[in-house]
Amino acid sequence: MKAQAGARIAVESVAKRFGELQVFRDVSLEVGGRELVTIVGPSGCGKTTLLRCINGLIACDEGRIVAEGETVTAPRPNMAMVFQHFGLFPWKTVFANVAYGLSLRGVAEAEIAARVPEYIALVGLQGFERAYPYQLSGGMQQRCGLARALAVEPSILLMDEPFAAIDAQTREILQFELLRIWERRPVTMVFVTHSIDEAVLMGERVVILKGRPSRVHEVVEVGLPHPRTRRTLSEKRFAEVREHVWATLMQEAREAQRIIRP
Amino acid sequence: MSGLLSRPALYRYGSLAAGLALWQLLGPKVDPLFFTYPSAIARAFYALAASGELAQYSLESLQILLYGMVLAVAVGIPLGVLMARFRPIDWTLDPYINALYATPMVALVPVLVLWLGIRMEAKVVVVFLFAVFPVLINTYQGVRKVDPGFVEVARSFGSSEWRMWRDVLLPWAVPYIAAGVRLAIGRALVGMVIAEFYTSISGLGYMIVRYAHNFEMDRTFVPVILLMFLGVALTAALRRLERRIAPWSRSDP
Repeated sequence: MKAQAGARIAVESVAKRFGELQVFRDVSLEVGGRELVTIVGPSGCGKTTLLRCINGLIACDEGRIVAEGETVTAPRPNMAMVFQHFGLFPWKTVFANVAYGLSLRGVAEAEIAARVPEYIALVGLQGFERAYPYQLSGGMQQRCGLARALAVEPSILLMDEPFAAIDAQTREILQFELLRIWERRPVTMVFVTHSIDEAVLMGERVVILKGRPSRVHEVVEVGLPHPRTRRTLSEKRFAEVREHVWATLMQEAREAQRIIRP
Repeated sequence: MSGLLSRPALYRYGSLAAGLALWQLLGPKVDPLFFTYPSAIARAFYALAASGELAQYSLESLQILLYGMVLAVAVGIPLGVLMARFRPIDWTLDPYINALYATPMVALVPVLVLWLGIRMEAKVVVVFLFAVFPVLINTYQGVRKVDPGFVEVARSFGSSEWRMWRDVLLPWAVPYIAAGVRLAIGRALVGMVIAEFYTSISGLGYMIVRYAHNFEMDRTFVPVILLMFLGVALTAALRRLERRIAPWSRSDP
């Protein structure tokens, strides 16, 4: 499943530094139209930083990022991000949170009133329109975060460890629900995670970030068919890819241990 | 635990009742030129209320309090957000605000009266100066402490700075602003009374000065008690309002 409609996102030799710390260097990667690419790497490898660069929230020091033919310098209306910390406004109801992006774009009230329930239903939050985030469980909060991102109908969806703060069972449910949503309406998606299982289950390709400063160590073609379900998890191919990614990342973890304990 | 018969309430109201009883018992033993007691104050209150004098002076005071507070909120909140968001503005205004906030505002009252006269404008300005700093400083601090995650969300969705004020910064800062306004009300009452002492033509402050000069202690205490109730009532009303407009914030910063 390579890029069908040419690269939607092209990351070209990008480097980012925070003061003395070189987070990553010479990172290049392409994401095709309607492709779901996962980025996996050890904590601190800069995968979230890379995602923020792609979103235009922070500038990269070297190289450039091109999204749909234009260099990214600031957040663009065709992209939406789902955050690990959910980022739901506690003073807004579920409805108002989902409507947030639309209202920023100046969409008319009537259209908001028509479109928002559709996305609330898509993520299974019907009946909670008037609830406040603090009244929802973590999983439901992230459903709301997902609906908020989907509501602006982005052509590029950026997922920043969206399920990392959610309990294991809910997390699995949300993974498959997200897959259902994407299979029905595929958009270009970059999905950052530190979970190898999640990276392999969700991605069509898995980008492995490694090293200090980190760079793209390998891009693995997952090659698992859609729709992906719980049965995907017990397929031979899933185990193979999972082992491969695991071994690649563990090799670095072992090296890191050797440095700590000489 | 806020019922009338809960344990803390029992202690509170019990203490209050005991205090009042003691005052009522011992008060009459002191020379009435210098002291008074609850039942005498109640009688004076009734007399002043019946003559319409109390209502007239109260309304004058409330008007000044209202204008001064509205002005303080209207200036303090936007200026606080502005300073929190734009560092050069912060650095520019900071020395003046610090200096004025540190100055005992009472020291400025005679000067202000000299400049602005003894009419309402002078008193409104005094109330404003007493009240604006807690509002401004609390707003500033609230906005500075905004969760960067929310700012990131706003930027990611392409929010303008102004929309961010509306959607993120002000709602976030509501508990801080409310605490500032509560502080401001207490200070505004002080400012109001002092301004009325100095200008001595109207308001509850003037009532206090006039009756104290005549050694009418019972009548002097009427505006004092009224001011006390006003302070308590306004602060409580504000807490209520805060809980209504910010149901997500359960504790004070």
